[in-house]
Amino acid sequence: MKHRFKNFQNFWRDFSANKVAVVALFIFSLILFVAIFAPLVSPTDPYDLNTVSIMNSRLPPLSEDFGGNYFLLGTDGAGRDMVSAIFYGLRVSLGVGVLSGVFALIIGSFFGISAAFFRGKYETFVMRIVDIQLSFPSILVALIILAAFGKGVEKTIIALILVQWAYYARTARASALVEINKEYVDAARCLAFGNERIMFKHILPNCMAPLIVVGTLQTAHAISLEATLSFLGLGLPITEPSLGLLIGNGFEYMYSGDFWISIFPGVALLITVASINLVGDHLRDMFNPRL
Amino acid sequence: MTPYILRRLAQSALVLFIMSLLVFGGVNLVGDPVEMLINPEADQAEVERVMRDLGLDRPVTEQYWYFLVNAFKGDLGDSFIFGEPALKLILQRMPATLELACFSLFISLLVAIPLGIYAGYKPDSKVSKTIMAGSILGFSMPTFWVGIIFIMIFAVHLGWLPSTGRGEIGVFLGIHSSLFTLDGLSHVFLPALNLALFKMSSVIRLTRAGTREIILQDYITFARAKGLSEKRVVMVHVMKNILIPIVTVIGLEFGSLIAFSTVTETVFAWPGMGKLIIDSIYNLDRPVIVAYLMIIVTFFVFLNLAVDILYTFLDPRVRVKGTEQ
Repeated sequence: MKHRFKNFQNFWRDFSANKVAVVALFIFSLILFVAIFAPLVSPTDPYDLNTVSIMNSRLPPLSEDFGGNYFLLGTDGAGRDMVSAIFYGLRVSLGVGVLSGVFALIIGSFFGISAAFFRGKYETFVMRIVDIQLSFPSILVALIILAAFGKGVEKTIIALILVQWAYYARTARASALVEINKEYVDAARCLAFGNERIMFKHILPNCMAPLIVVGTLQTAHAISLEATLSFLGLGLPITEPSLGLLIGNGFEYMYSGDFWISIFPGVALLITVASINLVGDHLRDMFNPRL
Repeated sequence: MTPYILRRLAQSALVLFIMSLLVFGGVNLVGDPVEMLINPEADQAEVERVMRDLGLDRPVTEQYWYFLVNAFKGDLGDSFIFGEPALKLILQRMPATLELACFSLFISLLVAIPLGIYAGYKPDSKVSKTIMAGSILGFSMPTFWVGIIFIMIFAVHLGWLPSTGRGEIGVFLGIHSSLFTLDGLSHVFLPALNLALFKMSSVIRLTRAGTREIILQDYITFARAKGLSEKRVVMVHVMKNILIPIVTVIGLEFGSLIAFSTVTETVFAWPGMGKLIIDSIYNLDRPVIVAYLMIIVTFFVFLNLAVDILYTFLDPRVRVKGTEQ
């Protein structure tokens, strides 16, 4: 345990060398907190029909209604408080992004590590699929899935997993190929450990650093992609109002000058994605031995 | 080289076949296009007539077989909505998309290559750090949201540029494009800039990484030792070598611009094939969805093949490795 703590101390010393990344991590933690505790920190419940009044529709930022409710970022077309809608939207966006990222990480590292472990035809087959998939832009892969199978929460998550798994598989294979020649793997083999045990208990933990880097950058990408798909009306249904859907709703009102309805959810999305990218970028520099 | 190309072609055919199975099968599981087409008061006989006309009363396997046979004859089915061949609809809208993608590729290279070289040449200067921070920001900004902001600032608030449509179309050397008229250019500028912004970040990062690597090479030291001016070293020696990775990514970047144009076209109501596919998905216009996806997948498969072949010609080191295997 003490050893682990020492590792963490070393990690933090390297990480905190970059002040921008530290600020980004702080902001992201704040966003994560807001997303998890959205019902507690939101001024109102934007989807409770008893509290939302259509009389308050499209109020500009910093306005107050007759009941004394204060709307810092204004209200949308249905009279919902934008601050609350954004908090709830963050919850959906982050939930979908992180969930798809975790599944993609599991699937991708399974195929990547097993490809490096067993080599031969299996490896060629897996990596050929990875190469073919990576030759298509992510939005096209998602578009194919959602155009063919329709929209929905599960389908969006499946599309995002399919978009991401290949990156994890490629990264996992590359680092597993290096690890596999090290002595501890030979030692584990001499002890006649099972293949699964060697792959996932010995090799996988040593491949985690690059996988985490890919993971942060991919999760940021997944959140942004989900917003794009939902904005196009192909991703999440209106029952799961993510930031992308909020921006899409505001798009209708933009020509009449009601800018806040689509601008503020977009700013929230930008801050979220940018803070994850900044942390990921710094992690990559830290773990990259070449620089 | 030839066996390599043949193997790639066989692989491409397999990818297209699997894609056709997936797309055709998937599309036929979703929704009921008949419901979208006829008025809700129609009786059962009317519903059955429409289904028969569209061939939807046949089993899916039989429909798929007809689709495949006709696809080889160059017929990808007729649109349910427009009643015209899906292929024709897509080809009509393709020039608008290509024009948008070309123009935005041009903008992004024009801006990104000089910035990337500068950031790689002086990696520790304040300007370079700003460029790199800006590229992360550009990378994080969702394309559709930036498009909305552009419309809000330049079209709604300032009223400088139009925000929808393609504008007047001019003819030059037999090519119809809105790039040849002033009105057309004013229409293409905002969507193209929007599309370019996303690409700029990745080209900046690529150019910077390339420059940083090249600047340490012996031939650069030698060029300096010869007493060449720094300007010449950067403009000729660095530039020439940076072009190898850039030319190869241009192909892929162009493809990704076409894929991302679905988003920009929807925001700016640009009448290209990206907007067509999004509209067709809303209307459950199955033949157009299938035709678009098949065409775009074919396009990408050949684009990738072309890029890989081009790469071996541009970089002799790869060619040598290829023949050894």
